[in-house]
Amino acid sequence: MNIRLPNAPLTDEQLQQLNNLLQGLEGWQVDWLSGYLSGYRAAQGGTAVTEAAPSLPDQTIKLTVLYGSQTGNTETVAGQLAEKAKASGIEVKLWDMAEYKPRELKNEQYLAVLTSTHGEGEPPDNAMDLYEFLGSRKAPGLKGLKFSVLSLGDSSYEYFCQTGKDFDQRLQKLGATAVIPRVDCDVDYDDLAEKWIAEFVESLTSSMQASAAPPSASAAMSQLETSVQYDRKHPFSAPLLENQILSGRGSSKEVRHIEISLEGSGLHYQPGDALGVYPQNDPALVSMLIDALGFDADGPVELDEQTETLTNALMHHREITVLTRPLVEKWAELSQSDELNKLMESKSAVTEWIRGRDVLDLVQSYPLTDIDANGFIKLLRKLPPRLYSIASSQAAVDEEVHITVATVRYNTHNRERGGVASTWLADRLAEDATIPVYIDPNKNFKLPADDDAPIIMIGPGTGIAPFRSFMQEREERGARGSNWLFFGDQHFLTDFLYQTEWLSWRKSGLLTHMDVAFSRDQTEKIYVQHRIREKSIEIWNWLQDGAYLYVCGDADNMAPDVNEALIDIISQQGKKSREDATEYLRQLTRDKRYQRDVY
Amino acid sequence: MNTKLPEAEQLKLDSRYLRGTIAEGLDDVVTGAISEDDNKLTKFHGSYMQDHRDLRDERRRQKLEPLYSFMVRLRIPGGVVTPQQWLGLDEIADDCSNGTLRITTRQTFQYHEVLKKDLRSLMQQVNALMLDTKGACGDVNRNVVTNVNPHQSSVHAEVYQISKAISDHLCWQSGAYAEIWLGEKCVYQPGKSEEPFYGDRYLPRKFKIGIAIPPENDSDVLANDIALIAIIENDELVGFNVAVGGGMGMTYGETATFPRLATMAGFVPKDQIVKACETIAAIQRDFGDRSVRAHARFKYTIDDHGIDWFNEKFTEYHGEAMTAARSFELLRNGDRFGWIQGEDGQWHLTLYIYSGRVKDTESLQLRTALREIAKVHTGEFRMTCNQNLIIANISPEQKPLIEQLVQKYQLDIGESRPALRLNAMACVALPTCALAMAESERYLPEFLSKLEQIMSDVGLPEKLINIRITGCPNGCARPYLGEIALTGKAIGRYNLNLGADFSGQRLNRLYLENVDETTILNTLKPMIEQFAAEREQDEHFGDFLIRVGILGPERTPEMMHKPLKD
Repeated sequence: MNIRLPNAPLTDEQLQQLNNLLQGLEGWQVDWLSGYLSGYRAAQGGTAVTEAAPSLPDQTIKLTVLYGSQTGNTETVAGQLAEKAKASGIEVKLWDMAEYKPRELKNEQYLAVLTSTHGEGEPPDNAMDLYEFLGSRKAPGLKGLKFSVLSLGDSSYEYFCQTGKDFDQRLQKLGATAVIPRVDCDVDYDDLAEKWIAEFVESLTSSMQASAAPPSASAAMSQLETSVQYDRKHPFSAPLLENQILSGRGSSKEVRHIEISLEGSGLHYQPGDALGVYPQNDPALVSMLIDALGFDADGPVELDEQTETLTNALMHHREITVLTRPLVEKWAELSQSDELNKLMESKSAVTEWIRGRDVLDLVQSYPLTDIDANGFIKLLRKLPPRLYSIASSQAAVDEEVHITVATVRYNTHNRERGGVASTWLADRLAEDATIPVYIDPNKNFKLPADDDAPIIMIGPGTGIAPFRSFMQEREERGARGSNWLFFGDQHFLTDFLYQTEWLSWRKSGLLTHMDVAFSRDQTEKIYVQHRIREKSIEIWNWLQDGAYLYVCGDADNMAPDVNEALIDIISQQGKKSREDATEYLRQLTRDKRYQRDVY
Repeated sequence: MNTKLPEAEQLKLDSRYLRGTIAEGLDDVVTGAISEDDNKLTKFHGSYMQDHRDLRDERRRQKLEPLYSFMVRLRIPGGVVTPQQWLGLDEIADDCSNGTLRITTRQTFQYHEVLKKDLRSLMQQVNALMLDTKGACGDVNRNVVTNVNPHQSSVHAEVYQISKAISDHLCWQSGAYAEIWLGEKCVYQPGKSEEPFYGDRYLPRKFKIGIAIPPENDSDVLANDIALIAIIENDELVGFNVAVGGGMGMTYGETATFPRLATMAGFVPKDQIVKACETIAAIQRDFGDRSVRAHARFKYTIDDHGIDWFNEKFTEYHGEAMTAARSFELLRNGDRFGWIQGEDGQWHLTLYIYSGRVKDTESLQLRTALREIAKVHTGEFRMTCNQNLIIANISPEQKPLIEQLVQKYQLDIGESRPALRLNAMACVALPTCALAMAESERYLPEFLSKLEQIMSDVGLPEKLINIRITGCPNGCARPYLGEIALTGKAIGRYNLNLGADFSGQRLNRLYLENVDETTILNTLKPMIEQFAAEREQDEHFGDFLIRVGILGPERTPEMMHKPLKD
């Protein structure tokens, strides 16, 4: 082992010493050291690392058994393996592949993969996620992982046992080592499966006697990596990992789940923080604007510190989709248009005119003759970053960050328009694109420090995002506090954001209650505040038990309506006057038990 | 004795007479699904959950649960509904379902794509039409099917009444149905039986009863657990020949599973037939193999113990033996399309309905047409086991009115050629059915058009061949009674079975395993060419294959698993 980290904040001499030390260490000693260092840093008043210090290695072999099964046969065989391994003193975890977290793979020691093959070489339904994960860019290196595959199939099919073969190949490609070779079974699988189980367990137990357990597949090195500070001024170019539309067919919405890699950035965030994203303007809009102005698209313009082509300046550095009052004021001065200057006399008229219009509308409606490209650029304000509530917890996703983005599209004043960032993410990002990002901390939207405290989360629409991070965090922390979610959107069938994740958290017991309001599934509109009112007694009881209230999402209608509903509940259930109820809620705010992230 | 019951049996036992947690599951609005256990119990209530398989993968990526919906099947003994009921059922299709009605191979209607939130409302509307969905699925007696012979109107009327009597007599009785669907108060008390006949474990497996009136066998009577063949002497119904142990389903690779035709047991006079059916169901209730679900059908009970054992048990349970079976002749299992006049002068019109799907499309406004007919029709509607529809009991005065509507909406009365479609059936399969391995209903038109071309090329556009396609081996469209049958193995691949007869009295056998369409057509084309050249007068395709020795007449369970050609 020899670390070469160009970004490391260590002198050459320090690095040398570190290398000398590390070269002499066993894996388990590195694990211990990493834990010790985080504790040492925490004790100094630095950031505590949530990861617990690993205990001393024991001699137990840890085997994880994953099965992909369509008809239940493979599940049965997996159960047999688990039984047999347990009987041999191996510590076994048995997982339906659909319920297994693929990210756990890199922490595994020994792995058994049992899968059937479906139809023409496809994985069974419950194996699909893991199968795709292993073939994707998100798959981690698995050096150190030892495994074997048992595949069940039917040789009357052309792609006999294909899924098992694929798993085998993908695991090896990621660096894992096969303990014993894969076995492909036909319809009469019993004997071969039994033999494979026996051999696999035998090879595991013999390695148990041979030596201490090997280290887990993940190196603990990431703790030592440090890099330049990325922030709002110096965004990190983060590779896009996944860009998945969440809205089902027939939805009138287009909401995306976006996963971004922070690997190597040193960026850290807490649940409740936001991700700042520097978007790009739509090139089509940029070129329409340049055409309307009659400028040279490739001509140079002066920005703050550098020279750029006009096109680049408008695409990356200046805001063109939002009109501001100062801009319109300056434009009115320059244009000397009577009409525009008359408009400026009434504040409300300007506000009205600005609504739904952009710089192109201004340029087209009130053309300026004596302005050049540099002058024009100087009028515009910088393209600001957009903030998105983070939808993931680093405890669960490591060096990734997830956001939930509703694509904004509308037609006004005879032109299709869209939100800069959301349409950029939706329409104009290549699969291997990078996104300039930074972390925007929000200390006013944080989980209770007390893991036993109950929380009530109210997050309709994309307001659900931070609550996904809350749940991931509480799940990883093993927090025992109760969790209650109120979610709403238009339609149950198509707009239930992260439905399968919420269902599985409810099934595991992490999510205590979930109430949903789908406004357009019946004739009368039902929103979250209606559901909250229906649960008045329970909400009051939770508040009495010290529950924290979180509201995320729309600031114009939802948040005030929810606030109103809460005041009513406190007043009715707590038998308080309206003033007292309002004060009660204020006190909750002061106690950080009523936190809002509304926009 | 401390033996653990198999899961399915334990579930019935623990269900408090089919209640389970169905009601709670319906109230859980966070998911469109119900629990796996409840899904097994709702079958008894005539419904089970499905999901849109074409969207499964897409929705998984979208982090949405599968698009769950429910199939709901009605109990309509003998397949007869009044025009008023038709109009009500038609309305339900829009209110609660996907706007289509499907006529099933057991002579009833089923609705598809019913969302969980609409299930109760659907059941209540069905109930208001004096119909129910009890036992349309589940381990109880299923919809009793019967021949729809329109010639002998008086015999048909009597047989229809008997089919209704049997169905009502063997209907399950627990209060669960009224409580869960109709909002009635819970009557469950621990220790108090709600099922005098079935008991708390119901039957080991589904149970089917069918009736044929010779020479017609459109009910494919021998495919039923109890096959009743009406015996008519001097124009009067005297009783029924009773055959037992028929059934279609099998599992690929499990040689202990196989389709089987019912074995003739004897004759029972008509006044005893309801009780005889109860007796037979009781024998299955008490002796069916509850330990292995794949071996629990009555056909295996009969196959394991033999017909003599059955007759002994029958005598013991019934108090009287069957007499010797009487002679009869079955000629065909297809429908007779177009206008037919009954002995009483009333008219009957059999319409061809593709795959039983009553819906409006751009080219055919079938659902609208039938709604218009129902508004003026004074007789009744009868569904056939081949998923077609008879507008029955049209008075001579009304006939022109119906004819006018048939003309207006261009309904298919079986006249256009080639005729192959008329005797073709397919199950639902993809994207709806969870068991399907291959396309079926969606593929049938394509397969038919290719086969029709071959039939036209060899000069046989008139000829009927029983063609059956299913998406899996479980037997929904009774594939093992097809002269040509495809059962799905994987997308685009099927097992090819050949050699059933034309009247539902001989099974086909596996001919080619797991082959694609090209192989199937290349196999069938020379056979059909030979058939065109060498067939005898009125000879049917399945019989011809056997006469010329392409395959033999005998059938064994192994033949359903081992292809004749490798």
